[in-house]
Amino acid sequence: MTFLGWLTIVLFAVILTAVAIPFGGYLASVYTGKRVFLTPIFGGPERFLYKVLRVDPHREQDWKAYAKSLIIFSLAGWLLLYLILRTQEWFYVPHALNPLGFEAAPWNVTFNTASSFMTNTNWQYYSGETTLSYLSQMIGLTVQNWLSAGVGIVVAVALIRGIIGRTGKSLGNFWQDLVRTILYVLAPLSVIAAIVLVSQGVIANFSHYLTVHTVTGLTQTIGMGPVASQEAIKMLGTNGGGFFNTNSAHPFENPTAFTNFFEMLLVLIIPAALVFAYGRMTGNRRQGYAIYGTMMVMFLGAAAVAYIAEAHGSPAQHAAGLHTHVLTGSTGGNLEGKEQRFGIAGSALFDVVTTVTSCGAVNSAIESFTGIGGAVPFANLSASEVIFGGVGTGLYSILLYVLLAVFIGGLMVGRTPEWLGKKLEAREIKLAGLGILITPLAALFCTALATASHAGRESISKAATGPQGFSESFYAYLSQANNNGSAFAGYTGFIQPSAGNVGSHGVTFADLLGGFDMVFARYAPILFALAVAGALAGKRVTPAGLGTMRTDNPTFVVLLIGVILLVGALTFFPALLLGPIVQGLTTHLY
Amino acid sequence: MRRDIITAAIGIIVFTILLGLVYPLFITGVSQVAFPGNANGQQIHIGGKLVGSKIIGQAFADPKVKNGKVVEEKGAVVTEPDPRYFQTRPSATEGGADNAAASTFSNLGPNGKATEEAIAEHIKGYLELEGPYNPGLSAGGVPVDAANSSASGLDPEISPANARIQAHRIASVRHLSLATVDALISKYTDARGIGFSGEPGVNALELNLALDRLTGVTH
Repeated sequence: MTFLGWLTIVLFAVILTAVAIPFGGYLASVYTGKRVFLTPIFGGPERFLYKVLRVDPHREQDWKAYAKSLIIFSLAGWLLLYLILRTQEWFYVPHALNPLGFEAAPWNVTFNTASSFMTNTNWQYYSGETTLSYLSQMIGLTVQNWLSAGVGIVVAVALIRGIIGRTGKSLGNFWQDLVRTILYVLAPLSVIAAIVLVSQGVIANFSHYLTVHTVTGLTQTIGMGPVASQEAIKMLGTNGGGFFNTNSAHPFENPTAFTNFFEMLLVLIIPAALVFAYGRMTGNRRQGYAIYGTMMVMFLGAAAVAYIAEAHGSPAQHAAGLHTHVLTGSTGGNLEGKEQRFGIAGSALFDVVTTVTSCGAVNSAIESFTGIGGAVPFANLSASEVIFGGVGTGLYSILLYVLLAVFIGGLMVGRTPEWLGKKLEAREIKLAGLGILITPLAALFCTALATASHAGRESISKAATGPQGFSESFYAYLSQANNNGSAFAGYTGFIQPSAGNVGSHGVTFADLLGGFDMVFARYAPILFALAVAGALAGKRVTPAGLGTMRTDNPTFVVLLIGVILLVGALTFFPALLLGPIVQGLTTHLY
Repeated sequence: MRRDIITAAIGIIVFTILLGLVYPLFITGVSQVAFPGNANGQQIHIGGKLVGSKIIGQAFADPKVKNGKVVEEKGAVVTEPDPRYFQTRPSATEGGADNAAASTFSNLGPNGKATEEAIAEHIKGYLELEGPYNPGLSAGGVPVDAANSSASGLDPEISPANARIQAHRIASVRHLSLATVDALISKYTDARGIGFSGEPGVNALELNLALDRLTGVTH
């Protein structure tokens, strides 16, 4: 470990907070319909889009109508994406958009990919540069990067409206929220981010793959493409599906330590700002600070553990006789599957940033992390991604936990639980409980199915013997259930003998189980969150009394952390013991 | 219901055009005008020939020849390091090292026997190449970046410690003084990002090209 390594982690937290607070104020203005500085630019296009989409933005929707619009729109996105990916060889002309003439991937792996991009997961059984044409990356994946992010954000906004709503059952209008999210939030940030990334070396072109005559006379082929536009929204929308197979480890996606830092900020800026927006929208900013504090404590804890574990090095390194301490000019530590320019701290922090959120981008191979270093992303996913979490999903997930914590706190002090002046009753608690437990349930069910069946074990990579094999399977279904998309990437669902998909085939079991895992664990919690919003929306507000339990002070932060850890630990601890923890406790090689 | 279906159908088409065509074309267009070098992958041309991308690692190796024939394994040419050049990090890409058309992780686990074997193999290769020029170099002295595969398999950089060890071989093979080679290493070492983030690294391609210029090797 080095001083500069720790400094990177601390400065990241400071800069993130400094940017997120004002941006949260901006988001609150956008979602309460106030004028913002971009209104003069986007006001016209906004009204035009309503006209084209035949939407009346003033038509209020209750939770069921809101959910219906959301589901139908997601379904339309899925269908179009599946169609695009399955027919990509038809788009050989114009040449520049499919320069290598890639054929479509088989139906099963396409089912997985389409489900994964619709749900903001971006699980990569496919490998970008050998499977997808530039056009498929653009009109297929990039579009869903935007839309799935938008869907996540609007659910959080609807839930906030339900929590603070004082009249009627309305949660707002889905189409209006979606359009505003794209125009006022994602578009300006994406354009700026993409240009910044190119200025630092991320590529953006439609060239044919380069043929290089290397210094020693060998031939090297280099994959190209319109990367920057996709990279920006991939990080901002906490999507995480790489243009290239190795994602943000690829120098064309993440060329320097600066872009690495910048990309991490892009991932967390919206989830962090939404927390502050929540505080503002409830009329008490301290509500937001309490949740932000909860998230930050857990975030820094995760980053510290990952950094210490990776700097220590792995049993395999030590067994091979390698020294892993810091030397002059060498970072030391477990550098297997990590890039020199990011080093240990830059890789460990990136890993934590993308697994606390639903991003799932990677700049290093998570499968090669040490036992304890690898247990950190496991733990982040086990906490259902409430530590910042995905855009929107993080906030609505932690608000369900807040509800549960208020309920438990109320039981402890023996009073009817109240939250922001509203009485919590059986219906809300049941819905919140289901919303919290459904994701772990899906993850564990699929893991059990995959490890117990012959078909499931076929996906485990040959080198992953012993606990590593279980870790691969468990991580696959945990990550897909949480719509994260990072992977112990040895686990495979797609066999591709050569680039362009000739002779390739998917592993049907892994593709379908993963696809259903993602869809179920995305939409069930969304429905529960919206139902909670609907249940809360109409409730009368009673003024806080002396005995009301406060939800904006450090005591509540401790209670909330306790509830999150308890639920996560009780659900996942036995499974975690079998995989990463057992490897972290031993120097034995398997 | 019907209303939602109509809006969803129109919406997905409109957004696909806006976000899938207009947005990437706009970004790519601006990039091609404002940052043409970066946008096209920082290509390095010498005498009209493309010799590499500055930020993509390549193998500085020659085909292995046995009994006058090039050795092949699984359809790929087997190569061995060219001693005149700084060597990049181990790479686990499919279809041979540094395949920039199919980036791949090694995916070797922390407690794997296969991992230990791979690392031991990289250490052995490193000691065979550098040992004769660095008396006393042992496994414990090998920098981790020289023994561990990079993530992308295309890491363009090596650690300064790794470069300083290889410098002894380069100086000897190319008949240069160690000080000359060390000065070049310093010149092509990229600092940390924004002063504190990440690790300094030596760009192997730039360094090797500078060496070739210095000793008059043409491509």
